[in-house]
Amino acid sequence: MTTAEELPINVNGDVVLVRQRVRTVAVNVGLSLVDQTKVVTAASELARNALVYAGGGQVRVEVVHNGVRQGLRMTFSDNGPGIPDIEQALTDGWTTGNGLGLGLSGSRRLVDEFALESTPGEGTLITVTKWAR
Amino acid sequence: MERVPILKLGDILIVSIQIDLQDMSVLALQEDLSERVVATGARGVIIDITAVEIVDSFIGRMLATIAAISRMLDAETIVVGMRPAVAITLVELGLSLGGVRTALNLEKGVALLNQIENQTPTATW
Repeated sequence: MTTAEELPINVNGDVVLVRQRVRTVAVNVGLSLVDQTKVVTAASELARNALVYAGGGQVRVEVVHNGVRQGLRMTFSDNGPGIPDIEQALTDGWTTGNGLGLGLSGSRRLVDEFALESTPGEGTLITVTKWAR
Repeated sequence: MERVPILKLGDILIVSIQIDLQDMSVLALQEDLSERVVATGARGVIIDITAVEIVDSFIGRMLATIAAISRMLDAETIVVGMRPAVAITLVELGLSLGGVRTALNLEKGVALLNQIENQTPTATW
């Protein structure tokens, strides 16, 4: 069974809705309480990033399989300014806004797989996956 | 936008976060609390996060900011009731909330405030 859904990230309240939806899927996939908390926190960071730095975007939340393992995958996409230096953007404490610079680097530590593609002037695509143990 | 209520008990302000916080509510709480600390002359602020399922970097920073503002307004802030999964996630995220005092529950938070109150500060200059 493949389930996937797209959620918009256009206003502040959408970040809360994304968190709630990701929590529900994380429970269904069988993630432990700690892993649920980690993946929901990563969802919150990445959704806020899309809103603050790109002016909005969307996330695709889906259940993925690897043999008998189930996982939760989130794909955040936006048409914002993009990230010129990805390595720098993944450094703790680096920020162009007034945040703490932990959104990207911290989210990467909270998930099992993390991929970031970005084209300056076109947008950013971030794919993260958390597998049930 | 939902606002978080602030309760007064003696000279302590108690905030129990029972909603899924959106960023605007977080900023409103910061302002409301600063005003109430001054208006009531409270010596302590307790923020109960027992019901909070996640603390991301924005909410974490809000807790640290509230603690710093209260300290400037002569009040101590204690965060109580953090869930174990939230603590694990915060540390992994890279946020250790260094400047924020914590206690396991409301009762211990009140005890900690009383203990701080009874310590006589000694000047170092």
